[in-house]
Amino acid sequence: MKKIKSLADLRKMQDDLRAKISLREKSNEPDKRIQVKVAMATCGIASGAKEVMEAFIEEFTKRNIDAVVTQTGCMGYCYAEPTVEITKPGVEPITFGYVDVKKASKIIDKYILNNELVDGIIPVNYHSIDN
Amino acid sequence: MTQIKYHMLVCGGTGCHASQSDQILKVFQEQIIAHGLDTEVQVIKTGCFGFCEKGPIVKMMPDNTFYTQVTPADCSEILEEHIIKGRRVNRLLYENPETGEKVSDSKHMGFYKKQIRIALRNCGFINPENIDEYIARDGYMALGKVLTELTPEATIEIIKKSGLRGRGGGGFPTGLKWEITRAVKADQKYVVCNADEGDPGAFMDRSVLEGDPHTVLEAMAINGYCTGADKGLIYIRAEYPLAVERLKIAMKQAQEYGLLGKNILGTDFSFDIDIRYGAGAFVCGEETALIHSMEGLRGEPTVKPPFPSESGYMGKPSNVNNVETYANIPVILNKGAAWFAAIGTEKSKGTKVFALAGKINNVGLIEVPMGITLREVIYEIGGGIKGGKKFKSVQTGGPSGGCLTERHLDTPIDYDNLLAAGSMMGSGGMIVMDEDDCAVGMAKFYLDFTVEESCGKCSPCRIGNKRLYEILEKITQGNGTIEDLDKLRNLSHVIKDTSLCGLGQTSPNPVLSTLDNFYDEYLEHVTSKKCRAGNCKSLMQYMIISENCIGCTLCARNCPVNAITGERKQPHLIDQDKCIKCGACMEKCKFNAIFIN
Repeated sequence: MKKIKSLADLRKMQDDLRAKISLREKSNEPDKRIQVKVAMATCGIASGAKEVMEAFIEEFTKRNIDAVVTQTGCMGYCYAEPTVEITKPGVEPITFGYVDVKKASKIIDKYILNNELVDGIIPVNYHSIDN
Repeated sequence: MTQIKYHMLVCGGTGCHASQSDQILKVFQEQIIAHGLDTEVQVIKTGCFGFCEKGPIVKMMPDNTFYTQVTPADCSEILEEHIIKGRRVNRLLYENPETGEKVSDSKHMGFYKKQIRIALRNCGFINPENIDEYIARDGYMALGKVLTELTPEATIEIIKKSGLRGRGGGGFPTGLKWEITRAVKADQKYVVCNADEGDPGAFMDRSVLEGDPHTVLEAMAINGYCTGADKGLIYIRAEYPLAVERLKIAMKQAQEYGLLGKNILGTDFSFDIDIRYGAGAFVCGEETALIHSMEGLRGEPTVKPPFPSESGYMGKPSNVNNVETYANIPVILNKGAAWFAAIGTEKSKGTKVFALAGKINNVGLIEVPMGITLREVIYEIGGGIKGGKKFKSVQTGGPSGGCLTERHLDTPIDYDNLLAAGSMMGSGGMIVMDEDDCAVGMAKFYLDFTVEESCGKCSPCRIGNKRLYEILEKITQGNGTIEDLDKLRNLSHVIKDTSLCGLGQTSPNPVLSTLDNFYDEYLEHVTSKKCRAGNCKSLMQYMIISENCIGCTLCARNCPVNAITGERKQPHLIDQDKCIKCGACMEKCKFNAIFIN
């Protein structure tokens, strides 16, 4: 191992190391970040949800966007798989259907960065009993 | 390119370690490779999550799913369901005991809601055996900042302003202690870490050392810079092998990075740390006894003054602080004194770690802001009393503390309030007792411990505590008198006033506080020879209800001392002189014909 020779060295090293645990840091306060939930039930996976999830993670890392990507179970919209639910801090979640890798990047460009909506929004037709 | 999508945190604290968490870690690692998921999932062994009641714990990040009581056999299901199919494994989720509802996200568990984790900030979050993870979480930043940007005086000023007080029990202002050690002139000074955690049921220091050893090393180095010491010593009991092992790994890593050793971070400050082992004597938690033990002498206390700050290890000025105190230091320096001082009460700042034990639903380790009430700790975090029984009291401060009862439930917990209530903060043990626990028995239990642990140097402690114990024994056996109660009180005060060190000065506290809070129970024991909790065996009588007894002879055949007699098909009788109160008859009886008087 290399010796750390100064405070500046230590700070630089910390910047590099942060990425390794950023996944954990982010999940500490998910409410303050953009949350992307990819439905990953059998139907979702069969329609390519895994690739979509990967695409989101890669794009976020590439563009340095502070977001948490998790997977969930079937949301019930099996006809529109892969489906992705996006929650921006303080905004009601929006669910997008028929998402593929291309659309994932479009969603990031339009909705996540510019608040513009994209085709394929699934209207909320259920109540959650969490609250 | 595939990226890591999941971090699986497996608890590697002593509790979970004992219930196979190592095996779980191994199985996860094997199966992740078998499934070809090693580029997507990372398994990390962490320190204690605190929720020991339901260990081993496995926490999934980033979705915060909290799996409890995981066994190696559950691993494949977690991988196949959670990771591959994205479905939570419901049966392993924590269940709210009141509503029966499954809670998946640890953020929504009552146990974690009221906690603020400062000393335990990295426990259950980073891999304690990897210095890189500590550095990523601001590790050694405080040391760097102090060495390059602050003078020792300015650093001490920050600690003083933060209001941090010693977490080992005494509550002495930490900054002031550092200042006193700094002011003494000497060619050699020492920084000592007291990791001799002796209170029965308390394990916060162990958890910090196991879950975040670097924080202690960093804080000791900062202390060295402030007090003018270049040598640190950690006094730890040899019965904490896991903590010792992780400390050693941490020390090696810090030395390799040059964060310990000569000319740290390019400055002219040098600091090294050594470990000294204790044999697990309670009295060695007392700082003078601890220092003698480190010097290779008998672990016996000496009169203060001189305080260790003036003349400690090898007669040199030594600053002794406890593990939990150290764990607060880097955070205070990173976030500022004002941030820390905003948490807590007027005279007790910050948080305190408590080890919840006894008759409580959520046994474990918690860190709460000072000023929280006992009610919040016991009912909201602790999940209430086991089996829906009635709360009786809680012993804080271990064998040196006292018991707090129902009327103290809404008292804000801090150093001064606990003292005023006849107990003390101590190192943070909290043992909860319910209606089935006898107050006299409780006092006897703690006295038994102090009698065993007294070093024997001064007579009030050596002889006095033994006599106290004998009187308590007499009372629980039904031979006590009213005069004994006065004797207990008088003797207790004599021991407190005349003992040499903290052990003897506090050992009668459990007796005095139970006398104060449960005098009627003591009275019952001596006047009507009754123990309402049914704990004192000598005061119990097993009796047969003749109407219910059909004379099946089952009890008589099972009595180990042949104390039960009677004809077949006739009601039986228990000979009270022969009966040893083992309860075998009551257990065997199928007709509810035996009861305890």
